[in-house]
Amino acid sequence: MRNIDASEITKTVRKLCMEANYYLGDDVLNALKKFEAQEESPLGKNILQQIIKNAEIAKDEEAAMCQDTGFAVTFVELGQDVNIDGNLYDAINEGIREGYSDGYLRKSIVEDPLRRKNTGDNTPGVIHVDIVPGDKLKITVAPKGGGSENMSEVRMMKPADGVEGLKDFVVERCRKSGGNPCPPVIVGVGVGGTFEKCAFLAKKALLREVGSEHPDPFYAELEKELLEKINNLGVGPQGLGGRTFALAVHIEAHPCHIASFPVSVNLNCHAARHKEAVI
Amino acid sequence: MSEEAKKITPPLTDEVVESLNAGDRVLITGDIYTARDAAHKRMVELIDKGEELPFDPQGQIIYFVGPTPAKPGKPIGSAGPTTSYRMNPYSPKMIGAGLKGMIGKGEMGEEVVEAMKQHKAVYMVAIGGAAALIARSIKKADVIAYEDLGAEAVRKLHVENFPAIVAQDCRGENMYVKGVEEYKR
Repeated sequence: MRNIDASEITKTVRKLCMEANYYLGDDVLNALKKFEAQEESPLGKNILQQIIKNAEIAKDEEAAMCQDTGFAVTFVELGQDVNIDGNLYDAINEGIREGYSDGYLRKSIVEDPLRRKNTGDNTPGVIHVDIVPGDKLKITVAPKGGGSENMSEVRMMKPADGVEGLKDFVVERCRKSGGNPCPPVIVGVGVGGTFEKCAFLAKKALLREVGSEHPDPFYAELEKELLEKINNLGVGPQGLGGRTFALAVHIEAHPCHIASFPVSVNLNCHAARHKEAVI
Repeated sequence: MSEEAKKITPPLTDEVVESLNAGDRVLITGDIYTARDAAHKRMVELIDKGEELPFDPQGQIIYFVGPTPAKPGKPIGSAGPTTSYRMNPYSPKMIGAGLKGMIGKGEMGEEVVEAMKQHKAVYMVAIGGAAALIARSIKKADVIAYEDLGAEAVRKLHVENFPAIVAQDCRGENMYVKGVEEYKR
């Protein structure tokens, strides 16, 4: 057993909250530059240039790249040989509290969805814990904006709908989203599992490196085809017309029930933030 | 996209609003006001009761934004637009009370467009997620109402060359339709 003090987890989460909001990943930045070079709409091109400039300013000034600094979605891979001195969930929420306060980040969480009083410190986070072999603790903080989250959907399709049904659903979901999710977006697609597992798969798909290829050639091909279809919609940057609605499509699949064919789409805005650390 | 950005200063007249076409880039200089869902709800309740708003909306522009806290020495934190359709239930009444412009992101609903046509108002978008860049054009920010709403409080912003794009104009021209038609395949 390896001991990790809860205070170390707090310190790490605090730092990750700030870094994720200030520094856009190189993978996203490179994709933005690639699509800017090939964007046909002059207005769309201008928008992409401003988005790239914004990322540079945020980095230089250590300021939030977007004012919606998001729900602090936190993924934990907890080694089964780790013993935590203290409460893991409390430690993470304390890290979020300190990170959002010390980092001048917006507090966007209400304590109840119907009564809507702001908690004032951006807690609680949405915390997903996975037990894995080993004696390490990996934490990924992925602040998630509301605009793109609101354009997401889970649909329980019929097995007979098949791959064509999936394509139609994903493409139509993007078309209907228009400028609302702050395109260009990353399209996370979950397929299989149960209702709740499927939604989680789409969220997890957003963490994959932009520009990386799916390890399964069948899904790699499907991702390419979907990206082309989505960008052929013409929705473009910010929904104002152009050839760049999505920078990437990432699919995560999971075994499913003989009666089921769940498909989910989780969109992420161009401020596709996530930072990780291993303790 | 027209080459030159059009410079506008609130309060906007009918003539200025009519001169703006979907797809135009604009640079705004002057005072604008901020409000999101929660502040709109309160202001529309005041309109319904026939009471005065926290600011005179005649000719003014509302920016749908909830900024991050300002760092020391800065007037405001990052300040990009929030999604506009959530204001669909409120904006027609604000336009009816004299509001001439709105800035947000994403398409606004038919009920807002009807009010824009009837009363001559314009809907502009700022680039969603370009919040650090946009903040550079905001020189001063003062909370003028609903401080209890935190990021959602109503602020008066003094802006210089604030960059926006006309998305839906007072004739019902719509970039979300026009722009997409042009580039779809």
